[in-house]
Amino acid sequence: MSNIVINISSKRYHGSEFSIFENFKLSLQAGEFVCLLGPSGCGKTTLLNCIAGLDKQYEGEVILNNHQTQPKIGYVFQNPRLLPWRTVRENIELVLDKPYSVDHVDSLLATMQLDQVQQVYPERLSLGMSRRVAIIRAFAVNPDILLMDEPFVSLDAPTARDVRELLLNLWLQRPRTVLFVTHDLREAISIADRLVFLSASPMQIVHEIKIPIARDQRDDEQQIESFRLELKHDYPTIKALL
Amino acid sequence: MNFSKALIQSLSTLAFLGVWQGFATYLNNHTLPSPIAVAEVFWQACLSGQLPYHLAVTLWRLVISFTIAMSLGCALGIILGRHKKLDAFFDNWLILFLNVPALVTIILCYVWFGLEEAAAIFAVVINKLPNVIVTIREGTRTLDQDLLDMARCYHFNKRKTLVHVIWPQLYPFVMGATRSGLALIWKIILVVELLGRSNGMGYQLHLFFQFFDVTSILAYTIAFVTVIQLLEIFILKPLDQKARQWRR
Repeated sequence: MSNIVINISSKRYHGSEFSIFENFKLSLQAGEFVCLLGPSGCGKTTLLNCIAGLDKQYEGEVILNNHQTQPKIGYVFQNPRLLPWRTVRENIELVLDKPYSVDHVDSLLATMQLDQVQQVYPERLSLGMSRRVAIIRAFAVNPDILLMDEPFVSLDAPTARDVRELLLNLWLQRPRTVLFVTHDLREAISIADRLVFLSASPMQIVHEIKIPIARDQRDDEQQIESFRLELKHDYPTIKALL
Repeated sequence: MNFSKALIQSLSTLAFLGVWQGFATYLNNHTLPSPIAVAEVFWQACLSGQLPYHLAVTLWRLVISFTIAMSLGCALGIILGRHKKLDAFFDNWLILFLNVPALVTIILCYVWFGLEEAAAIFAVVINKLPNVIVTIREGTRTLDQDLLDMARCYHFNKRKTLVHVIWPQLYPFVMGATRSGLALIWKIILVVELLGRSNGMGYQLHLFFQFFDVTSILAYTIAFVTVIQLLEIFILKPLDQKARQWRR
């Protein structure tokens, strides 16, 4: 588990006056599940890249795990980013440190119903299947921090529900810090501990809302729906942010 | 489908030989021997061991200079493709070396290093190297940053990134450099041999030229073309096939 403290005083795109972050602060407790909601292009993906260490062009700091040990990060990118010249199975095995457990890979493939296609090259998969492979890859490394950038977009509803359940199961087995970007308020309410609503650039936190529904009642769709309506009623501005 | 393709190809070869034979018979001149005469000389040269020996010598030079030029060229191409400042610095050098005529480098190498084997190989490498560097540099510039980011995020080490992320993307460029490289090196090696070696195909061709022995020149050319075809069929095509299997 790893906590995350983000304190970015300024972040601009290369050679641009246009500022994406201006004194942006966000903290996540270790093991917390946070959903980020905000308009397209507001900088959510950039924020995840800063946390993953892929983007270092900012002023300020991102502290993971209080700098004690380098936490393992699983990142589900907005597009699957699979290596097209490696099979599904190879794509997953490549992110694991040797020696890894073959059973571990097998069981992950089975839970996502991908065992039939494990020897297939990604270009022959549908986008939904590729997304599932990318999600498995992120789970496979047993990450301390899981970054997910709209991972369930373009999955059909039943698959999305299955994958969401799998994610929650994995998270309940071993809580890890999750930062999950979505535009789907219902989805966010059903999985998160806390919702963070973000404004357009420069990105600011507009609302932070803890979800009061107990974990064992999250599959009660009526409760989710009534909380959603309640939110929309209490915070009329959020409608513009989704 | 395959059968008819094979049929068409054999027909075209036969037609070529037929036209050649027709012209040779019509002209009846020793500067255009008939295919049969060439085949006879080819067979004699094979039996005497002359042709295999000189062909082997040339092939050996090809393998050595090709290996050096490709491995060095790939390494330098990747480095220049990844580092903008180094690239800006060496760009002019590259353009210079790309445009120096092969004959000039060969003569200079012989003058500076003597009529030696190493000078010959060096001259070939210097001629081929800039081409490889430029091709691989272009390939490196087109590398998919998303995949490189993915590799970085999942802590791929340098070797893993090179083998699984970079190399497969460069592969088509390497194959391109290989094909154009083989064709170029063949031609340059012959000139190198002609100017300063006492064996190899280039030396032999030079000898035949002095006797106006067109039949032998054509016989050696056939050996040459055959070797290139064999390389294409048994090495390059299977490598292409292997690299393409993941594509839809």
